[in-house]
Amino acid sequence: MADETWLILGASSALARAFAQEAAAHGADLLLAGRDMPDLEALAADLQLRHGVAATPLSWDAADLAAQPGFAAACAERVPGVLNLFLAAGAMPEQAAAEAEPSLAGAMWAVNVTGPAALLGAFAPILAARKAGRVVALGSVAGDRGRRRNHLYGASKAALATFLQGYAARLAASGVEVLCVKAGPADTAMTWALPKLPFMAQPAAMARAIWRRAGKGGGEAYVPLIWWPVMTLIRLLPRRIFNRLDF
Amino acid sequence: MAAETNAASPAVRPELWKALTLQSWGRAMPGPCLAARPERLRDLQAALAAPEGRALLPRGAGRSYGDACLNPGGAVVLTERLNRLLAFDPASGLLLAEPGVTFAELLRVFLPRGYLAPASPGTAFVTLGGAVAHDVHGKNQHLAGSIGEHIAWFDLLLADGSTRRVSPESDPALFQATIGGLGLTGILSAICLRLAPVPSNALLVRRQRMPDLDAFLAGFEAQAAAAYAVGWIDALAKGAALGRGVLEVAEPSPEGLPDRPPKPRRLPFDLPGLALNRLSISAFNELYWRRAPLIPQEERVAYERFLYPLDAILDWNRLYGRGGFHQFQCVLPFREGEPALRRLLETVAAGGNASFLAVLKAMGREGIGMLSFARPGYSLALDIPARPGSAALFAALERITVEAGGRIYLAKDSWLSPQGFAAMYPQAPDFQAVRARVDPDGAFSSGLSRRLGLG
Repeated sequence: MADETWLILGASSALARAFAQEAAAHGADLLLAGRDMPDLEALAADLQLRHGVAATPLSWDAADLAAQPGFAAACAERVPGVLNLFLAAGAMPEQAAAEAEPSLAGAMWAVNVTGPAALLGAFAPILAARKAGRVVALGSVAGDRGRRRNHLYGASKAALATFLQGYAARLAASGVEVLCVKAGPADTAMTWALPKLPFMAQPAAMARAIWRRAGKGGGEAYVPLIWWPVMTLIRLLPRRIFNRLDF
Repeated sequence: MAAETNAASPAVRPELWKALTLQSWGRAMPGPCLAARPERLRDLQAALAAPEGRALLPRGAGRSYGDACLNPGGAVVLTERLNRLLAFDPASGLLLAEPGVTFAELLRVFLPRGYLAPASPGTAFVTLGGAVAHDVHGKNQHLAGSIGEHIAWFDLLLADGSTRRVSPESDPALFQATIGGLGLTGILSAICLRLAPVPSNALLVRRQRMPDLDAFLAGFEAQAAAAYAVGWIDALAKGAALGRGVLEVAEPSPEGLPDRPPKPRRLPFDLPGLALNRLSISAFNELYWRRAPLIPQEERVAYERFLYPLDAILDWNRLYGRGGFHQFQCVLPFREGEPALRRLLETVAAGGNASFLAVLKAMGREGIGMLSFARPGYSLALDIPARPGSAALFAALERITVEAGGRIYLAKDSWLSPQGFAAMYPQAPDFQAVRARVDPDGAFSSGLSRRLGLG
């Protein structure tokens, strides 16, 4: 049994996979939560084989609100030791498609915001009682300012970031660190078909950066770091100019 | 993982695809296509439905030199993100892995545990899927054979959407068509490979200067029992010195070396096309030859350094400048091959076609695939910068190879003619018969398959 276990939520995504590799390389056990069980079984086998850690696939649907408390309790029961959370579940439908079909936007909202909020909410008393563990959640630079082309997704990530601020405050007294990662575009299936994006980063490099940053405590962190000055500038752009930008 | 699944006809998922211009390692022929890069099996299956009904080609690391990994105007499925290790049994050495796992990863994970890929190409960046598709060989081919001999079974995603587990027993024809089958029978989704136990992480390597071709060939014969044997040839040497070079032989070392993570260097830009010219290569070759001892000396070398010497310089293909380069590799039967080997070297040297890398090796075993390259004989590999005169030179090399009863390696090739192919690969009709059975509508195709008349 390792000293700590990471629960990876949305473990089939490329960034989550890379983070799981990072955690396993540092000797942590893993719970791999997601919907695609054959894929999670393959990932679990890989982590066990490469790093000799315990890795267990778990069936979990971020959008299933009612199931979240039970899932949190089951995870807590499974892991009596230190339990850390890495939240990578996320959906990004095309803006135009989500506008045309509001249920798409609703489903996205469930996966990006309400589901994770319900789950983290259920975990709060567990983590607080244990006075241990950390929470790392994948936000996005898209949440820093709503862009014309992607503001439905951006709004959901802004909501997540705001939720995490309060969540961090709630857990601060118990010593549980909460980190909101403001991730730039990653070279994954989610961005594969999109036009070329700036400062695109490889999942493995981002996972390494997130791992290092998570070791230093909670708060907010831009990954890759270049997005900190970039987003600072973008946030400061006067509205008249920003509204003319086609991005 | 994947057991047998039933066929389904999925709809095209546009978010899986984007337009890309892919290159092969030689960088001499760009291949504009639509490409998908699935990260999980489910998306791999969905990628069988290519947009606009385009022909499909699976692609690993894109380390083949010519158009075997290109599908201009078609659709390409990149398997690099399907790279999980699924199961390993230390007793038998059997490893089950997804097709995108590279030899570099195998080395990193399994060499510390005392296992090594039983056959390995000259670069560790190759994927397992690509290795099976070309039935690759390494410096131990004369004893260990090519990779196909070490494949227990694989899961193959067929054009009709079904996945079949194929072993030499379950479907010998499909097995032999897929080993060395250039990705034209389907997409490998899992590969079961038998790794070889090794005593340590190092080899005992002996290097020796060979003054000419006769000495070289005699050297190979004398070293037929060595686990690894490979020759580097100065392809610019002429006359009495024709075929001079350095012979390297190696045996597994009982004692290992301390682990030292390698620091690869990167070639950050294309060298100008003229940087590799007759003079510079000639100077390099002279230096390399002189550095090798006259009397063989033994040195302990990490597997990595011996098996993959060029991997220390990432992107070394940029040495040849923007225009790229071609590689020629053929195998010639031992007896009839000797004079042909001489003619090939003379032809290349006469053209002044500076070849930075010329590798000679004695192969010992026939590949098990219908389109496997390997057969007993001498194998010669040459890099040749892409120049206006390349076509004529390659036609001459093809002629010499055919006349000597040899064959050209399709993983390296960009010039072979359909007639030459038919002469070199007598099992091509059997291969086509298997394709007609498993892919009747011709869903799979590549730049190379169309060039060679395989459709």
